[in-house]
Amino acid sequence: MEMLEILFYIIGALACISAGFILFTKNILYAAFALVVTLLCIAALYIFSNAEFIAVSQIMIYVGGIIVLIIFGIMLTAKIRDEKALVGSHNRFLAFASSAAIFVMLISVIGTINFTQYQAVTGSNLHKIGEGIMTDYLLPFELMAVLLLVALIGATAIASKKEGGTS
Amino acid sequence: MSTIIFFLPYLLIVVIFAVYGERKISAFIQDRLGPMEVGYYGILQSIADLLKLIQKEDIVPKAADKKLFLVAPILIFVIVFAGFSLLPVTSSWHGATAETGIFFLLAIVSLDVIGIIMAGWASNNKYALLGAVRSAAQIIAYEVPLTLSVLCVIVLTQTLDLQTISYQQGIWVNQVEPDSVNYLFGLMSIGIDITNVGGILSWNVVRMPFLFLVWVIFFIASLAECNRAPFDLPEAESELVAGFQTEYSGFRWSIIMLAEYGMMLLVSILGVILFYGSWNTPFPNIGSFKLAEWTGGLPGTTSGNILSAFWLISKTSLMIFLQMWVRWTFPRVRIDQLMSIGWKYLTPFALFFLLLCGVWRLLMI
Repeated sequence: MEMLEILFYIIGALACISAGFILFTKNILYAAFALVVTLLCIAALYIFSNAEFIAVSQIMIYVGGIIVLIIFGIMLTAKIRDEKALVGSHNRFLAFASSAAIFVMLISVIGTINFTQYQAVTGSNLHKIGEGIMTDYLLPFELMAVLLLVALIGATAIASKKEGGTS
Repeated sequence: MSTIIFFLPYLLIVVIFAVYGERKISAFIQDRLGPMEVGYYGILQSIADLLKLIQKEDIVPKAADKKLFLVAPILIFVIVFAGFSLLPVTSSWHGATAETGIFFLLAIVSLDVIGIIMAGWASNNKYALLGAVRSAAQIIAYEVPLTLSVLCVIVLTQTLDLQTISYQQGIWVNQVEPDSVNYLFGLMSIGIDITNVGGILSWNVVRMPFLFLVWVIFFIASLAECNRAPFDLPEAESELVAGFQTEYSGFRWSIIMLAEYGMMLLVSILGVILFYGSWNTPFPNIGSFKLAEWTGGLPGTTSGNILSAFWLISKTSLMIFLQMWVRWTFPRVRIDQLMSIGWKYLTPFALFFLLLCGVWRLLMI
């Protein structure tokens, strides 16, 4: 267990360092790659808490999907080698105030949770998740599916050529 | 987790033989002889190539982003190799015991694109960048049919664990699932119990015959995920020099090649596990001729380990041969053809088969 604990802290530290790097780097593409590291570290932390399915979903959706889209977006829009891809920091006071407020809120909420009342989950919970989605949480699940379908159709409609238009 | 001591040397050996095999197969398809000079029948050609590659200078272009440029090939290889941690080797030597096995593997496959983008961008070369952008677009597009075709199998097997999927396709199924019964073609109404017959009859592709068509979708999508011909647009020699790997030389280039062949091997093994009975023997028990038991071996025994590894490796080699055959037979597709194959043909068909597999599953229980 000792070994695992050390690993846990190393991964946690790595997540914090890479998240800090996102804040302080001026190169937007470096920030995107650092975000990959952060998200992978968080996925590893999920595995430490026996949430294997969530960890893999995190890798699949965020790292494999969303980050790739972000990098894709950066590469297609910005002239990376120019100074334009470098970002400065603006509205420092507002940003600091809002993030401090969120931090305080999270800390206070987490402080009120009584962790001892939850039993540690061990072993397989994959089937429980599946059954839960198909029974108790069916409505939100279906609504999410509809939302994604709408987004898909919307994106296709925006991207497609308009009939008779100039394209 | 100990499967790494099998897969790392296996991957290196496969790459050496696959490079030689690829050159010979392409030569025979094009009615040539291929490499003939080094060793008998050119058999030492890839070793000579390897020695040459290691001696080469590790060049980093002046205008490249040095740190990312140096890290990218290693990242590509590490991501691909992480996928091997989940694969079983034999009936009693399995990979990481992840209950989300195949789901994790698909996540790994989709991660690969980050390394490719990094390599292409850090090179600071327009061919490399174009190759990387093409590769990203292609991998994202073909992930959809790939995932759907895998999902078709998962609907039938009801588990994500690769070792359980392997057990379900042979006569030892009751060692992991004591109550399960295999029927011919998976259909309960036919009522022919083949749990103890095994062999090819209990492979997924026979348990649900339409899975053959699903495998075709899986195979096409996996070719695109590996960036192999006819989907090798990211490294189209005639347009992009060598795509995202244009600026790499020597050892780093060979690591990229290693990752590419690693990916081929990964999807080949995955295809065998999901559709073609994993490490199970193709011979069924016929009456008193217990062919499945003789050629499969009891899990846990030495003969069981050797025979199951043999079947897995030989089926995988066949799949790799198939990939090479396709590469040297079909011309490269255009980028618009690539997209329309992926979105207009493979995805709708995969969705249709997913429905069919769901109905089939209802007939199985």
